[in-house]
Amino acid sequence: MVATCPTATGVWGWLAKIADPEIPVLSITDLGIVRDVQVNEDEVTITITPTYSGCPAMDAIAEEIRRSAKEHGIEHLHLVTELSPPWTTDWMSDAARQRLRDYGIAPPASSLVQIEAAKPACPRCGSVETRLVSRFGSTPCKAHYQCLSCLEPFDAFKRH
Amino acid sequence: MAAPLVEYLLRLGDNCLILSQRLSEWCGHGPVLEEDIALTNIALDLLGHARFWLSYAGEVEGAGRDEDKLAFLRDAGEFRNVLLVEQPNGDYAMTTARQFYFDTWHFHLLSALQQSTDSRIAAIAQKALKEVTYHLERSTDWIMRLGDGTEESHRRMQHAVDDLWMYTGELFEMDDIDAEMLRRGVGADLEALRPKWTEHLQKTFAKATLEVPPGKWMQRGGKRGVHTEKLGYLLAEMQFLQRAYPGAQW
Ligand SMILES: [Zn+2]
Repeated sequence: MVATCPTATGVWGWLAKIADPEIPVLSITDLGIVRDVQVNEDEVTITITPTYSGCPAMDAIAEEIRRSAKEHGIEHLHLVTELSPPWTTDWMSDAARQRLRDYGIAPPASSLVQIEAAKPACPRCGSVETRLVSRFGSTPCKAHYQCLSCLEPFDAFKRH
Repeated sequence: MAAPLVEYLLRLGDNCLILSQRLSEWCGHGPVLEEDIALTNIALDLLGHARFWLSYAGEVEGAGRDEDKLAFLRDAGEFRNVLLVEQPNGDYAMTTARQFYFDTWHFHLLSALQQSTDSRIAAIAQKALKEVTYHLERSTDWIMRLGDGTEESHRRMQHAVDDLWMYTGELFEMDDIDAEMLRRGVGADLEALRPKWTEHLQKTFAKATLEVPPGKWMQRGGKRGVHTEKLGYLLAEMQFLQRAYPGAQW
């Protein structure tokens, strides 16, 4: 078999298929965890950034990137972690926000809507009459809310 | 003594590591589920920050000690955290008071460190500050809720802020290491944080109907490795596995 050199587009393509271990409807590229891909002949450098500093999913994600790279015939992978600029939910695409909502998690407010106190709409019934139960939810990136219209509790992805 | 930068990074990392360990002790024991989750989330954030600082400390030191070796294989006298963070959890008021004193200081410290001439310190500070902003909002809320709550919660909250007051002076103490780091533009001016810290405290305590403790005498020593006996017990639990089974992994 003739080894072909990887391309950045190709690498981005398979990275987009790696799901976040805690929110499987989102991929690591949806979340903005992958910041950069550089290809130099057979060497690939992938730069990632953590969502939350202590996020335990980061180790699993790094492991999955390594495994996937090997599967795609990449022998020389450099996986670099960058903290700056710090991760923000503003990097999440509209399509990803919709997928979150469909999954039952209220998506983070967009920075275009600069209302700090804006409450998330209920992902089930769409009501904006919701209340914060706890600013810390089931994972570091989520807060816990309750809908005052349908009374269902729900997770909301925090704007960060 | 190690290079000033190593000492400085150990102080930053140890504060986060030791407070994280204390908060982890609440896991499964929180007064309500939401608080159990909140405290363990904060512990996780702080553990993440500790890893950033200690990894950097290990690299600068260049003696082959990584974040794990620094966390699990140092004795109490080698830890550089302030005395405040090693104080036991006590009741919920005590945990809340400790967190509020620390969060307010941590928030202003990280805000200042964002301007560090050391780009890695600035990047860690910028990253951590986003999370610590959340921590501070939460502990401020709880001070008001418990202070301006029932007679019982008020009494306990006042007792807790009084009891821990003597550990707050060390937060603003500038020693030779701090002065050297400030001179190089790497570190923060801790004395300059005091008015900001005091302002937030006075505002919050006023709303919480709490008295700002009047005491002037302060405990000190943590930054130089002189700790209260409580740190030893904490380390005995935290380090047990690596001490008993060196290099164990799972
Ligand atoms: Zn609803």
